[in-house]
Amino acid sequence: MNLDQYTVDELYRKRLGLRRQLSAVEGLQPLRIAVLGGTTTHEVVDLLELFLLDSGFKPLFHQSEYGRFYEDAAQDPTDLIAFKPDIVYLHTSCLNVQSVPPVNCPEDEFQGYVEAEAKRYRQIWKSLEQNVSAQIIQNNFETPPYAILGNFDAVSSGGAVRYFMALNMEFARAAAADSRLLLQDIHSLSARMGTEQWFDWDRYFSYKILTTTEANVAIARSLTSLVRAVYGKSRKVLVLDLDNTLWGGVIGDDGVDKIQIGRETPVAEAYTAFQEYCLSLQRRGVLLAVCSKNDEDVAKSGFEHPSSVLKLEHISCFKANWEPKHENILAIARELNLGTDSFVFVDDNPAERAIVAAQIGDIAVPEVGAEVSRYAAILEAGRYFEPISMSKEDLSRTALYEANAARASSEAQFANYGEYLDSLEMQAEIAEFKPVYLERITQLTNKTNQFNLTTRRYTQTEIDAISANPNYIGIYGRLLDRFGDNGLVSVVLGRREGDELELDLWLMSCRVLKRDMEQAMLDVLVEKAQAVNIHTLKGFYLPTKKNGMVANHYEKLGFAPVSLDPETNASAWSLDVSSYAARNRHIRILELVHG
Amino acid sequence: MADSTKDGDEILAELQEIFRDILDQPDLTLTRASNASNVEDWDSLAHINLLTTIEKHFKIKFALNEIQELKDVGEMIELIQRKLASK
Repeated sequence: MNLDQYTVDELYRKRLGLRRQLSAVEGLQPLRIAVLGGTTTHEVVDLLELFLLDSGFKPLFHQSEYGRFYEDAAQDPTDLIAFKPDIVYLHTSCLNVQSVPPVNCPEDEFQGYVEAEAKRYRQIWKSLEQNVSAQIIQNNFETPPYAILGNFDAVSSGGAVRYFMALNMEFARAAAADSRLLLQDIHSLSARMGTEQWFDWDRYFSYKILTTTEANVAIARSLTSLVRAVYGKSRKVLVLDLDNTLWGGVIGDDGVDKIQIGRETPVAEAYTAFQEYCLSLQRRGVLLAVCSKNDEDVAKSGFEHPSSVLKLEHISCFKANWEPKHENILAIARELNLGTDSFVFVDDNPAERAIVAAQIGDIAVPEVGAEVSRYAAILEAGRYFEPISMSKEDLSRTALYEANAARASSEAQFANYGEYLDSLEMQAEIAEFKPVYLERITQLTNKTNQFNLTTRRYTQTEIDAISANPNYIGIYGRLLDRFGDNGLVSVVLGRREGDELELDLWLMSCRVLKRDMEQAMLDVLVEKAQAVNIHTLKGFYLPTKKNGMVANHYEKLGFAPVSLDPETNASAWSLDVSSYAARNRHIRILELVHG
Repeated sequence: MADSTKDGDEILAELQEIFRDILDQPDLTLTRASNASNVEDWDSLAHINLLTTIEKHFKIKFALNEIQELKDVGEMIELIQRKLASK
């Protein structure tokens, strides 16, 4: 289902029916969310449930009693602790702030009021961090509904507008310094909508619901993007049509000289602005792909137009032919080694959008219409590419996938596969978990579905705890080759039970499939196990809809079968480490300097 | 679109569609005598959703004191008619 195709009124009115349909989907990931609100939160929660279901989660909610966010978080968190939330969402508004400066507040006392309120919130966050292992999401504040001093409200030390700007700055600082605290930027969200359309005073006086249904949909959508990002489910690829999407006109009919791009006309300006927006996404790590019905050389000539902001080098995968678009998109997914659930498709043609949305269930197809001046705003509103932080991984991702395409084309030239692997000049860093990688390790446990033997998900806090627990052996693998750094791509986690090591987790990113990386990982794992007198490795395969590719993983690595559950097909395997000889031949293991 | 000439039965039919959607009861039959105690799942939260949707559908806005006095669907229809007439 694609909720993007419903209006706010339809979503609101048909919510229960949509919920029924979305809940019937199999394989949803359970997610426990506690919502601690300053006003009535049930409408936001109802809508949030829809968007989370649509994103593959099965949310279970706990809501604080009306207005008791502070008490539930900081004074008596018993219920909250018992609920064991994965996410705690603090949904408070300007009405919940206690320490607002009076209108005659002297300048030198202003900061004291800001600090007093910021302190109250820091107490809440600290208490949550100590009591639950959840990711905390806190929204900042809207511009207050009234500015009794008019323009001067933004200037005066007694002005509410200035006060909330200062408080929001404190919230931003806190979130920047604390990876467990994520900020939901309701200030910008409400500004885009306009606070006149945001606050709903009639419903506030009647039911203590502060915001309109339109606002609540926007809040729920933005929160869903954050949750997706926490679980590594943000989208990564923007697939673009060409004619009347990236430039005006039909290049095959009009010729490259006649397409609308550049600064000459308003229409050309608008296409240029959209290309600039796409380029800014590419620069921050979103991959661009082209899917167009055109002859390839004609299509490519559009990027040689002197005014084209986008050049071919920005496009990670280029498909221009006369095949159906959904087939081309599936081919792009295969070449980039990414699932279509990480794709967003933009096309001015409603028929193409409809067929792609119908044929590929998990791709996002925003209703962009046919007005190029609206494309960027509509993409923005969908919050598809939400990051929770900018890692080096994100910024270098584009180069990484381009290197992948280069590898694929060189594969064809070798007599045998081993020769090809050797030609890649692979080097791996394989070692026990270390702090700088814990965030990436958590991310991988949550987003790896295919090469994942057990599909166990871990929160950041759990991985932090495991890395400090001597009962566990956790190793990560980072793979480099002559085309570039693939980054941290594999994680194996073993838990000691007597002289056995039970492998709770074995996963690998599909972008390094068939590179013998799993052999290299096993070599190092055995070495680490032998060093602490472990005699046997025990592996488990728990089948899911997506991990069929690793059904024979342990068998291929030389493990002996121990048991097979005839109903679920889950299997257990064991390997005697005393008789193990290292097998990796194609990857050089980098020696790490231990500090 | 909602207009000021709708008669009570038309409004009742449109209300029935709204109630069916909001309560997710596709077979629900609504009458003028329907009220919160004889319609399943018409609780206080559903009531908020119903009133919000009715306002959007008929493009009207209830005053704060009006919504507290509604006893059944019949009264709701009369109120909607008054609102539509004064548009």
